[in-house]
Amino acid sequence: MRFTWFNLMPWPDLPDDFRERYRSVWVDIPNNLYDPRRGHFVYHQYMDQLEYADSLGFDGIGVNEHHQNGYGLMPSPNIIAAALARRTSRAAICVIGNSIALYNPPIRVAEEFAMLDVISGGRLIAGFPVGTPMDTNFCYGQIPSVTRDKYREAHELIMRAWHEDEIFAFDGKYTQLRYVNCWPKPIQKPHPPIYIPGGGSIETWDFCLDYDYNYSYLSFGGYKRGKQLMDGYWERVAQRKKDDSPYRAAFAQIICVGETDQQAEELYSEHVRYFFNRCLHVYPGFADPPGYRTIKTLKAGVLSQLTENALSKFPSLTWKDLVDERYIIAGSPATVRDQMVEMIKGLRIGHVFGLFHNGNMPDWKTRHSSKLFAEKVMPQLRDLWPDWKHDTRWWPQPMENRVQPERSLAGAERP
Amino acid sequence: MNTTTIKTKRGARVRVHHAGKGAPLIFLHGAVGLLPENRFLDRLAERCEVFAPELPGYGESTGEELLDDMLDFALHGWDVVGALGVEKPTLVGHSMGGMIAAEMACIAPNDVHHLALIAPAGLWLAEHPIADLFAMLPFEFARLLFHDPVAGAALLTGGLDFSNLEAVGAFYINNARQMGVAGKLLFPIPNRGLAKRLYRLTTPATLIWGENDKLIPLAYAERWKQLVPQAQLRVVAGAGHMVPYEKAEALVSWLAEISGA
Repeated sequence: MRFTWFNLMPWPDLPDDFRERYRSVWVDIPNNLYDPRRGHFVYHQYMDQLEYADSLGFDGIGVNEHHQNGYGLMPSPNIIAAALARRTSRAAICVIGNSIALYNPPIRVAEEFAMLDVISGGRLIAGFPVGTPMDTNFCYGQIPSVTRDKYREAHELIMRAWHEDEIFAFDGKYTQLRYVNCWPKPIQKPHPPIYIPGGGSIETWDFCLDYDYNYSYLSFGGYKRGKQLMDGYWERVAQRKKDDSPYRAAFAQIICVGETDQQAEELYSEHVRYFFNRCLHVYPGFADPPGYRTIKTLKAGVLSQLTENALSKFPSLTWKDLVDERYIIAGSPATVRDQMVEMIKGLRIGHVFGLFHNGNMPDWKTRHSSKLFAEKVMPQLRDLWPDWKHDTRWWPQPMENRVQPERSLAGAERP
Repeated sequence: MNTTTIKTKRGARVRVHHAGKGAPLIFLHGAVGLLPENRFLDRLAERCEVFAPELPGYGESTGEELLDDMLDFALHGWDVVGALGVEKPTLVGHSMGGMIAAEMACIAPNDVHHLALIAPAGLWLAEHPIADLFAMLPFEFARLLFHDPVAGAALLTGGLDFSNLEAVGAFYINNARQMGVAGKLLFPIPNRGLAKRLYRLTTPATLIWGENDKLIPLAYAERWKQLVPQAQLRVVAGAGHMVPYEKAEALVSWLAEISGA
C-alpha cells in the first residue's frame, strides 16, 4: 500500500452563514472573501504541512488544480509542487493534476511536468484530469461538448512530446505547432506515472485501460458510496482482460485520527462539518452543463459526485452520520485501521490519497492526526496486497543519488 | 406536419417537418429545439410551404459530431436548403436559429428572399449580459423564456409527468444532448463574431422581438437595427423570448406577408 498526504488548501475563513448568503463556493464565490495578507500565512502553513507529511514517512505528498474555488486555493499546483521539490527529497510529488485542455498550448504541461520531474530527481506523479465543469467550463470557458475532444488531443501532444526524440510538427484541431521539441524532458522514462482523476465517466475507465494509467476516484462521499463506481471500474478491467493489480486504482478519503474515538470527535467534528457544509456548497447549475458528460455516460446513469442527491444531505449530517455512513474515516488508530482495511479491500485500491487537513482545521490538529496515522495506522496497512508487492508500475522511480535541497542553506558558503 | 429525413452532402441526417404549398419558408429553431407542439408552423403552412429542419443533435437529427464551429453550422444550413431543392427561400430563425440564419445570409445574401430574425442570438452587449442558460437546470428555463412562465413550462415539457422518473430522465438526457450542441455556438458567450460580418447582409430583413424578452432583452433589437439598417423592427406585446409559441397569430401573418404568400 502507498499513502499520499493530500491538501486541498481550503480557505479557512468562510463566514458561518456562507450557505445562506452565497450560492456557491466555486465559480462565483465573492472575491472579497479572500484576504491576500492572511493568504500568505495560509499558503505557508499548508506547504509546511505537506513537508511535515514527507518527514512522517508518507509515500507521497499531493496537490491539485482548482479555479475560483473557496476550498481549493491552487489555480497552479505546479507552483506549490516546485516549492515542495526544493524542501523535500524523499516523498513522491503527486500533482493530480494539470487540466491539460486548459493549457494553451498544452505543450506547457509537458514542459512544466518535465521541470518538476527534473528538479525533484524523478519523484513526479503526473495527473491529467479532464477537469470539473466548474473549473473547465465555467471558470475557463471551454465549450462543454468539446472539452473531451480537446483533452484527447492535448494528451496526444504531451505524450508524443515526451516519447519522441525528434522534433515533429503537430497539426491538431485545437493546437498547431510547427516545432514540437520538449526541453527539458522528464527523468522518468518515457514519462512519469500518469494518474487520471475521474468522477465517474465510463469513457475515463477505458482511457485509463487503453494506456495503462492509474484511475483515481476523487470523491468526498467516502468509500461506501464509492464502492458501486469502483466495482464498475473493476468489471471493466476484467472485460478488457487487464490484470487486476490494485495499484491501477487510487481513492481519496477524509481521515481523522485521535487518541480515542471520543477525542477524534472533539478535535475534528467542527472542521469536518465546515468542509461539508461550507466548502462543498456548490451551485447545482455549475455541476453538470449540457454536453460535458457524454450521452453514453448519462444513459448509464452514473451521476457525478456533485449532482448526487447525497450532496444536498451534507448540511444536515452530524458527526455521527458522517462517521457511520463512512463519508469520513475517523476515530482511534484501531478504529481507523479497521475501516481503512475495509475500504482498501472493498474498493481494491493500492493507493490512498489521505485528506488529513479538512476545512478550517488548525495546524496542530492536522499534524496530530497525521502523526497518529503515520505511526499507528499506516505500518499496519502496508502489506495488504502481498501478491502485488513488487508492482511499481504506478509509482515514481527517482534517481538514487539525487540532491537533497532541503539540507542546503540558501546563501551558505560551499565547503 | 409531415416529417422527412434528408441526408446532407456533409453526411448529417436531418429530420425536416414539412407542410403547405406556395412560397418556400425555412424555419430554424432555437437552442431548446422545436417544442412538442408547434402550432405556429401548422398555421404558417396554410399560407406558404414550410420546412422546419431539426439541427443535428436535436430530435431525430444526427451528425452533430460533424459540426464544430459557426462556419460549419452556417454551411450546414445551406446544405439542408440544397438537399431540400429549395430556391431563394424566406429564412426565418429564432434565437440561436436566428444567429445561424443571419450567418447564412451573410454568406449568400442573394440566395435569400427575406430574412426574418426572431429575437436572434449572436451579439453581446456588455451592459446587457445575456443570462447563462448552461448554468441552469432545464426546469428553470421557463421563467426566463416566457412572458407567462406557467404556460411556458407546460409548452416546454409537453405535459411531462414529473412523477415518472424514467420520463424525467429521458427529458434530461435529451436536453443535455441538444444544449450540448448549442454550446458550440453559445458557450460561454453567445458571440462568434457575427457583428463584423453583418455588413454583407443586403437582404430585405425583419426583426421580431417579444417586448418582455428576459433572455435577450429588447436592447439587442436596437443594436441589430444599427447593424442591419434596412431591417424593419416589430415588437410583440405580451410576449417573451418564445414569440413563436406565445404570439403565433401576429407572427404568422407577418411571416406569410414577407414570404410573398
